[in-house]
Parts: sequence; C-alpha cells; structure tokens
Amino acid sequence: MSLTKKTGRRGSTHSIRAYIRTETFPTAFCPGCGHGILMGALLRAIDELELDFEKMLFVSGIGCSGWISSPYFAADTLHTPHGRPIAYATGAKLANPSLKVVVIGGDGDLASIGGNHLIHAARRNIEMTVICANNMIYGMTGGQVTPTTPTGAFTMTTPQGNPDRPFDLCKLVAGAGATYVARYSVYHIRPLIRALKKALTHPGFAFVEVLSSCPTQYGRRNRLGGPSQMLLYWKEKCLPLEKARRMSPEELEGKILIGEFVAPD
Amino acid sequence: MAKQIVKALDGAAAVAEAMRQIDPDVVAAYPITPQTAIVQTFSQFVADGLVGTEFIPVESEHAAMSACVGAAAAGGRVMTATAANGLALMWEVVYIAASMRLPIVMSVVNRALSAPLNIHCDHSDSMGARDSGWIQIFSENPQEAYDNTIQAIRIAEHPDVLLPVMSMQDGFITGHGVERVEVLEDQAVKDFIGEYTPKYSLLDIDNPKTFGAWAFYDYYFEFKRQQTEALSKVPKVVEEVGQEYGKLTGRYYGLFDPFEMDDAEIAIVVLSSAAGTARTVVRKLRKEGVKIGLLKPRLYRPFPGKEIVELLKDVKVVGVMDRSIAFGSIEGCGPLYLDICASFFTYGNGKAPKVVDYIFGLGGRDILPEQIEGMVRELIHIAETGEVKQVVGYLGLR
Repeated sequence: MSLTKKTGRRGSTHSIRAYIRTETFPTAFCPGCGHGILMGALLRAIDELELDFEKMLFVSGIGCSGWISSPYFAADTLHTPHGRPIAYATGAKLANPSLKVVVIGGDGDLASIGGNHLIHAARRNIEMTVICANNMIYGMTGGQVTPTTPTGAFTMTTPQGNPDRPFDLCKLVAGAGATYVARYSVYHIRPLIRALKKALTHPGFAFVEVLSSCPTQYGRRNRLGGPSQMLLYWKEKCLPLEKARRMSPEELEGKILIGEFVAPD
Repeated sequence: MAKQIVKALDGAAAVAEAMRQIDPDVVAAYPITPQTAIVQTFSQFVADGLVGTEFIPVESEHAAMSACVGAAAAGGRVMTATAANGLALMWEVVYIAASMRLPIVMSVVNRALSAPLNIHCDHSDSMGARDSGWIQIFSENPQEAYDNTIQAIRIAEHPDVLLPVMSMQDGFITGHGVERVEVLEDQAVKDFIGEYTPKYSLLDIDNPKTFGAWAFYDYYFEFKRQQTEALSKVPKVVEEVGQEYGKLTGRYYGLFDPFEMDDAEIAIVVLSSAAGTARTVVRKLRKEGVKIGLLKPRLYRPFPGKEIVELLKDVKVVGVMDRSIAFGSIEGCGPLYLDICASFFTYGNGKAPKVVDYIFGLGGRDILPEQIEGMVRELIHIAETGEVKQVVGYLGLR
C-alpha cells in the first residue's frame, strides 16, 4: 500500500482518497446510509493525525458496519464472524502491540451477540479504538430489533413496537472501565472527527458510539423521512452533555446525550 | 384427504406458515441470512395475535438455543430457526438439546460456513451437526419444507423418540424461491400434531425433576447408549408419520425418495434442491435409453444405511453428489459419500457397486443440468470399464 499519491489538504476529500480502494466502489451502503459519513470521518481523523496507515489494523464484524473498512480501506483489514471483532482485535494487538488496532462494529455486532467481548475489553483497558456504528437496527438482515432499538420503535421483529428498553452503550462501556468514551451522531461531523482523533491517540480502551442513519430499515419503518430528514432527526434529538447538566429530567425526556462521557483530564 | 389451499410461497414463508399453524409455545431466535425471512414473518404473526407463542428475539444464536432448551425442559412445544454460523454458534447447546432428549424443532436454511464470508447455499452448516444427536431431514422445495416442518413435530415428540429435529432447506434456492405450495387448513394441522404433553418437565411442582446434572464415568456412558437407542427408533416413526401425512395430504413421505430406480444400472444420490435438477437429467437420459435412476435421501440422521443399500445393491455405479466437504476425510470426500460407503461395508454382504463422489455447489455455486450430464458420462464409463480414475470429482469448479 502506498500513500505516495496523496494530494490535497490534510482531512480533505481529495486527501482521504488515498486510503480507499476506489476500485471496490461503489460501496454496499444504501442511499442515505450514515456509515459512509462515518467512513469519511474516520479517514479524516486518521489523515489529520498523520497516522501511519500501514501500521493500522481495521477489524470488523458482520452487518452493514462490517463494510466500512472491509474491503474499502487500503489497509490491513480483518473481517470476522458476527460479534467477534473485539476478540479478534485483542489477539492481533497481543501478537503485534505496535499495531494501531481499530474495531468498527454495529450495535447488533458489538452490543448484542458480541456484548461480552465489549465489556471485557473495556474492563482490561486494552489499547484499541472501538467504534460502534449504532443505527439502532439490524440493517443487513432486513431490519430486526437490536439491544439499542428505542422502546416503542418499529422493526421487522417488533411490528407493534419494541417492548424492551435499549442499552445506553456509553454508560455500559464506561461502567465496564473504558478510559475514553464518547458519543456523537453522523450529523455532528466536526465534534465526531475530534472525538475519533482523541480515541485513536488514547493509550487505553477508547470507545466512540456513532449514531448513524439507516433510512432504509429504521427510518422507513419509523416514519423518520429520507436521508436528510434523518440527519436533522439527530440534530433535534441529540443534546450536548454540558447543556444537559443544567436541565431537569423532564426536559431531558427523549433526548440522546452526546459528548465525552469519560476522558483523561 | 383433507382440503388444501394452494399458495405462492417461498421456502421461508412456507416454514413460517407451518409454524403459525403449529402455534408453538415458545420461539427464541436471532436473525441470520437467509433464515431471517422465517422468523420475521413469524414475528408478524405473533404481533397480529394469530398465534399464542411467546416470541423472544434474543442476543445471539447461543442464547436462542439455550432459551429453547430451557423452554422445552419446562414442558413447552418449542421451535427456532437458523443458518450457517448461527448454527455453528449454537454448537454447545445443540448437543445438550439432543442429550436432554428435548423435542425441539429447528428449521435450518442451509448456508455456507465462513471463511471466506458467504451467505449462499451449501450444506457445511448442518453437516457439521450430523453427529450431534439431532434428527436431520432435508427438503427439496418449499412444499417439502412445509410438510417436513409439520411432520417434524410428530417425529420429535413421539414417545419412542423424544429427540430434537433439524429440518433443512437450501438457502436462497429454496428459502427465497417462490413456488406453488399446498397448505392444509389450520385445524387439520392442529389435529395432525395433537396436543403436546411432556412426559417429564420442570415446574411440575409435585414431581420435581433434574435436567443436565452430573454423570461421570459412572453413568454418562449409559446416557449415550440410550441416545443411540432412541435414534434407532426414528426411521420407523418417520415412515409411519410420513404415511399418515400422506393419507391427509396425498403427499406420502418415506426415508428417501427414489426415482426411476427399478432397473437402474447407474444411480445418482443427492440431497435437497439439486435433486430437482438431477431428476430432469435422469428424465432426459432415460429417453435416450440410459438406465439411470435417482435417490434423494430425506432422512439423513439417523442414516437409513440398510434401506439405502437394499435400493442401490443391484446398480453398477453410484455417483454421490455432496454439497459440502468432510475436510480431512478420505480423498477429501463429502459426508454423504462416507455414509454410503460405510453402509455398503456394513450391510452389503461383501458386495458393493463402484461409488464415486462429486463435490458441487459450495458457497452457492450454481449446478447446471449439463454438469450433471457430464458427471453421468463419467459414471457410464466407469460402468463399462470398471475403472475409477478419481474417487472425488468437482462439478462447476473454476
């Protein structure tokens, strides 16, 4: 892999093309999928940090999120079974500690079938960056309920609304001992890139939850509109932590908190 | 014969329809392509109140089979569905379900195991579970998938059996292929399967039971011997249930489905949807005067070796078609080939036809009639010369 063709300002669209196997495009993502925005944000963070792409390993699982790095990134990528990217990544990091290991998984992947790996990697504070592309649904298998689907939301397997409560992934991972925890949506692109940069340089277990739009499976069933309306949905729904601290529980009802939940001083 | 309604259903919808009519007490499942279509269709039935089932979309297949074991031990009629890596993840509990003699019925929509990642059909998933103690039944098309799901309940819950059943169909080819399916009326299915009254169950407060307790070198062996004994009762039950189902529907089922086997000198043995393709080839070659027949096993575990040898003993050459590889086995053959060979060794009285194996269709690779015809030409050559050049061949390999 050579980045010699790199041109343009760091973090620019032009600049990040060098990290992509453009011959594999177009991507598998549906129109309006937030995962493409996350893909761009991650590459911008890497480019702005001037990380050595050749010393990075991207581990992904099964689900739409698995496609963010594999096969599109012109880097070492490891595509694992459903739920297992963190366990595979743990092995890779132990065998080759000089690797910068990045896990990209979905909410179904990391919080459901692979939930155990998530909390235990956080508990061990093993040095890796785990990005959870949370679209609140199993997108690739056709829109079934996941552990992060909001109560009452409609999915293929909850046609009368989800009766269960969702995980707050940031609280879960923070509780398990992660030393960097942040949440943003694909609408909040600049703070998201900043958080990814912090996570990528964090000397411990770093977790970034990225709320990602799935107009095809989630948006359609919950009448959230098309791609642009779904981005505005994040804008409306999300509330920065600092603001939330000054608000009452009633005012916070139905809001999603964004920001850094755990960060080194 | 009972009244039936003709519907256009794919294999997944046909199984979901059967599940609606069976109305199991508990369904626990996790989404995996190409099985998902079964459970999401069924979850709509749950939401619409068409069934009384407690449905739980759990956090993994391991959890799904675990919940099924719990529910079945508590006396429920329990069903689930999975495919490929989902079945692989269930592994530990798949064995436990059989060992605890719990009559769970699981629909498996056959799909290739990773790696590399693949979502299309082959039989590597359920073949891996062939020694797990489950009864395994393979279906050729959506009609058989529907029929076998209903019969599976009766087979599993039969007092001589009490074992879980895996009912297979080919991923996408059958699972997502819409065909004409004759569906029974709900009451006819309910009458056919009857009420389930478990002989032993948890939550029977006056007679507490223990499931899955310790048994070391003192009793473990006896448990396993009993399991084998239970499996030996299965073929008779499968045939009885198949006959009774035939009286109801006009579609009679046995251990296998022979076609043009009476005077055949050459036989093809193949499971599931590829049998349909092979049947067209047999029909064509019969017109050309080739004495060829087809044997499609339906019950794969327990393997009806004696009956299959009886049917194949007078042919000159058997061409087995395997949709998976039993890696590391002789010549890298498939599992069906191993079973056929072992059956002749055991029941053939020292006589056996030439048996060769053809691996085909891995990871969803198409199998074409021309490829099967090419295979038959090789089989004819073996019949004429008695010479086997290679034991394991590959159809459609690039």
